[in-house]
Amino acid sequence: MADLHIDNVSMRFDLPGGGSVQALKNINLDIKSGQLLSVLGPSGCGKTTLLNIVAGFLAQTEGDIRLDGDAISGPGPERGMVFQQGALFEWMSVRKNVSFGPDMKGVPKAESAPEVDRLLELVGLQEFKDKAVYELSGGMQQRVALARCLANDPDVILMDEPLGALDALTREKMQSLVLDLWKETGKTIILITHSVEEALLLGERLLVMAPRPGRVHKEYYLPFAELGVGADLREVKKHPDYNSKREEILSMIWEMEEEIMGRTEEES
Amino acid sequence: MNDSNVFADLADETLNIFLSIGSILPYLVGFIAIIVASQTIWHRVRNSVDAGDSFNSLKTVTFGDESTVVSNKSASVLSVLLIFVLWGAFTGSQLLPSFLHVPGPFMGSGQFTYTADNGAGQVDTASVDVIVHAAGEKADKPKVEAGDGFAANDAIVIQVYRSKLLLWDKNDDQKRKTGASIVKVDGQSISKDNAVDVGFARVALTDKGTLNIVPHKGVQMESIYLPSPEKVWKSLVTISKDGYQNVTLGEHLGFSLWRVVMGFLIGALVGIPLGYAMGLSNWFRGWFDPVVEFMRPVPPLALIPLVIIWAGIGEEGKVVLLFLAALWIMAIAARSGVSGVRITKIHAAYSLGASKTQILRHVIIPNSLPEIFTGARVAMGVCWGTVVAAELVAAEKGIGKMIVAASKFQNTEIVIMGIILIGVIGFAIDVGIRLLEKYLVPWKGKG
Repeated sequence: MADLHIDNVSMRFDLPGGGSVQALKNINLDIKSGQLLSVLGPSGCGKTTLLNIVAGFLAQTEGDIRLDGDAISGPGPERGMVFQQGALFEWMSVRKNVSFGPDMKGVPKAESAPEVDRLLELVGLQEFKDKAVYELSGGMQQRVALARCLANDPDVILMDEPLGALDALTREKMQSLVLDLWKETGKTIILITHSVEEALLLGERLLVMAPRPGRVHKEYYLPFAELGVGADLREVKKHPDYNSKREEILSMIWEMEEEIMGRTEEES
Repeated sequence: MNDSNVFADLADETLNIFLSIGSILPYLVGFIAIIVASQTIWHRVRNSVDAGDSFNSLKTVTFGDESTVVSNKSASVLSVLLIFVLWGAFTGSQLLPSFLHVPGPFMGSGQFTYTADNGAGQVDTASVDVIVHAAGEKADKPKVEAGDGFAANDAIVIQVYRSKLLLWDKNDDQKRKTGASIVKVDGQSISKDNAVDVGFARVALTDKGTLNIVPHKGVQMESIYLPSPEKVWKSLVTISKDGYQNVTLGEHLGFSLWRVVMGFLIGALVGIPLGYAMGLSNWFRGWFDPVVEFMRPVPPLALIPLVIIWAGIGEEGKVVLLFLAALWIMAIAARSGVSGVRITKIHAAYSLGASKTQILRHVIIPNSLPEIFTGARVAMGVCWGTVVAAELVAAEKGIGKMIVAASKFQNTEIVIMGIILIGVIGFAIDVGIRLLEKYLVPWKGKG
């Protein structure tokens, strides 16, 4: 079981030129095992900071984060991460990239091979396993990143705009893949995104964050992720609630963006 | 000397340089004209053979489109060919048909006449037979009849590119001592300020009244300044067979290469870990930054005198010098290789459960290899240049030593052969490292 418990977490750091930034303020979140949470917000709302704190790359200045009761104090294999791009190891083949986690743990090749093959099959890259990763397209590279993360069998998967650098068509295919993997593996997933549509489609639960200081603005529980599993996502988008939710969240974010613009204009 | 003198001197030198540039400008313009003309001809010829339908030839915008500019192989071949043709033309090379040669020095026999005045108004004319022979050959002075009058006919033998004084009165009845002097050469009046061209030579009157005969030198280069290509090739053949000054060519080259490889390897062995330490630790970076940043701009050549004082002219000194030349370059390459690793890769590796050692071994080191190879190419190039310079200063063996020794004996063909070898080997080293790089770090530039 993998319940993530975020208790009153704040993040404040000093700027080199003096002054300080309140990147996060009093974040409280309980993420149940197997939940698919998408996090949305204008730039500067601290969503990536929050993800980095959960991953263990940053330490919060206040508050407490626990995974199954254990405090998080650094990166660890139970929290896998999928980045936007450029996190694959070009000097390794597709297969070696995927088996990186087990290899580092010292799992013998013979033992890890069947699982690696299964995952490559799952993301549809079986025939590319001996290719160099730089020979693959952007979408295929993100499939490798997903498989690599899954090969390590983490409790929580953290995704930092994993589909942000892909073209629209590839992106849609990858969204389906993420949903299928979520259903198949039952992993807890936290997904950061810039795209409202993606947050709606992939978020069983959706957080909208607001900037200055970074905080949770609004929270939704949505049916679309469940509907989208194994289905055509364009059909899901025809759902009567989908458009209204999309408009609601879009205008919410627009308002925040305008507020930021106004404030920076006043400041300057 | 004070400052204003320095400025005046430098102003003079600057003027001289610009005057020199001005004097070669016509040749430069001519050379560019050849390039452009050959391009036009090449296009004509190619279009008449095959218009070609490559994708680039279908682009209408080519000027400014970088992708359409590729090195034209025909131009490269022509360029190298032209260098050899010019080389051959100006050295009278046997490899070229003689109509391509530029006018050479006068050789063979010629004749002119001089008219002497005995100081009392009497004049008499005598002839001078001139024989110009090639260097290394001997020519006998031809016997000539004395002829009539007080001025007797003369003969003189001159080696090509030299000149000679003619003591014309030695066999004459009227001597310079008694007031005889030359008033005309080939019927044209001659004086100390006014030399006469007799067709194959320039004849001038010296202060002492003798004749200075300077046969025309033409515009070919004397072998001592620029030997012909075949002479250079011959020197390569003989020296690789018999060696130069009891040292074979292989030994000269072997010593130079051995020094470069040793210096570079030790430099890399120390420099790469140093660069890693600087890329991974604040303390090490702070500690070595002043040293590296100071030593980097010091040209290795400037260290030669100090290295000779410290280590003498033996092998240690040279290896130390090349070690220092390679060290900073490799350290900086390794440092930027480490700093260049994307933080997402490191984060990903940590999230996958890798330890610090594993991250160093599986992420940081492979990620830095492309930078290290780039550094190795630069370092090997610098080392190769430095070893030649160090050998020019002091060495017993080595390709640089060979050319400096040859220059002292004016064996220009060996000097040129050495320079060509140095260039070819430097190029081969670079190509070799590039091939190795392609094989060992195929992911370079693809991250």
